[in-house]
Amino acid sequence: MQGASSFWESLVIQWRVVRALLMREIITRYGRHNIGFFWLFVEPTIFCCGVMEIRVLFHESVKGGLPMAAFAITGYSTVLLWRNCGNHCSGSITPNLSLLYHHNVRVIDVLASRIILELAGCAMSFMMLMIVFGATGIIKPPEDWILLMAGYLLMAWFAGALAIWVCAMTELSEVFERIWHPITYFMLPISGLAFMVDWLPQKYQKLAMAVPMVNGVEMIRDGYFGKVVRCHYSALYLVCWSLGLTLTGLTLLKIFARTVEPQ
Amino acid sequence: MITLDQVTKSYEMHGGHRTVLDRINLRVNKGQKIGILGRNGSGKSTMVRLISGAEYPTSGSITRSMSVSWPLAFAGGFQGSLSGLDNLRFVCRIYDASIERAIPFVEEFSELGRYLREPVKNYSSGMRARLAFALSMAVEFDCFLIDEVVAVGDHRFHVKCHEELFVKRRDRAMIIVSHNPAFIKAHCEAAVVLVAGTLHHFKTVDEAFSFYSEHETE
Repeated sequence: MQGASSFWESLVIQWRVVRALLMREIITRYGRHNIGFFWLFVEPTIFCCGVMEIRVLFHESVKGGLPMAAFAITGYSTVLLWRNCGNHCSGSITPNLSLLYHHNVRVIDVLASRIILELAGCAMSFMMLMIVFGATGIIKPPEDWILLMAGYLLMAWFAGALAIWVCAMTELSEVFERIWHPITYFMLPISGLAFMVDWLPQKYQKLAMAVPMVNGVEMIRDGYFGKVVRCHYSALYLVCWSLGLTLTGLTLLKIFARTVEPQ
Repeated sequence: MITLDQVTKSYEMHGGHRTVLDRINLRVNKGQKIGILGRNGSGKSTMVRLISGAEYPTSGSITRSMSVSWPLAFAGGFQGSLSGLDNLRFVCRIYDASIERAIPFVEEFSELGRYLREPVKNYSSGMRARLAFALSMAVEFDCFLIDEVVAVGDHRFHVKCHEELFVKRRDRAMIIVSHNPAFIKAHCEAAVVLVAGTLHHFKTVDEAFSFYSEHETE
């Protein structure tokens, strides 16, 4: 009983700390005097304008009659997940090290609050894109909501796990901090943002599906378009990647937390 | 109670390790006031970081069965772009202290006036220290961790701090780390001396004091 109750107490404390960090992060990032939280919607809104422009210029002409706007939104929202999570968690502990003097605050709490904020922001921008484009009739509602959500949640897990990994690696190695951004540029074109596996020649399809993000975005598109397109993905493959990244990431983070030296 | 059991801390250095604290034992009971004497570089600050939980020991264990403050008047945890009030709310949330009760106290005690609503990065170092001290007093702890002499602000403010900490909270435990024997003598009933990473225990503050004087040049 003692063990159970102290575990519960730690959980309560941890949630309290993460919540406090979240609020601090929100005010710091979005500010009180600016347009604040609405910054979260500005980037997707600018993206919307871009899509509209392409739509006007190219008269909606993606392969096989696939709706351009919906294709772009699903691709963009998936990229946003892993790219934002990774970038905003890279080197995110060092500037906050002095918080560790409050002994309830642990390295994992600082990172957890970051990840939650990023994921929430991405999910909100995805929802807002769907609502705005859906209400104006530019895109149709998704065919299979549950499959879409499952795909998105799996991608969110992948993004969170990647963020733990990136955070630990960038804190442990300066070299990794420098090469992380080039890695994201390299990953962008192969992440499924602008292609579908089905369009590729057969021999490249297997290769494309080895990229975990491709499986995520294909799953999301399967939920969105239904029978209109043929999607190739393995949810299990994505789960294995996420699980692997989570476990190795947490181990690396623990190594970092053990040796951390706040000033 | 706070217990340090065989605590060792070593850091990676150019070409090997440097052991800063070597198998240290310490016990602080409820209400007890202990001074830790040591000259610069003896490992005092490392000990403070370990007790506050900011760092982990390389080996050995630290157990805390009472709440321990962050190092008193420590201003490093402030987020510069946030106002003093926002920083206050953050600290209260972490320690589950009442924000409504803390605000009037900090307003009154820190004497920061309108500045409390300004970003902390616009504060002078004195103002920062006043906010930090007031915050330390707004959250209740069983044990206060005091790193170096509490000399904050002008003389009048100094007196106020003294009253708040050593008079109103005289029932609390305190761990005072200092290289100033007079300060420790004035506030502690027991003292230990850190010399080159080893902790020496004494029955009275006077014995610790004379040992410290002998080893001051080491």
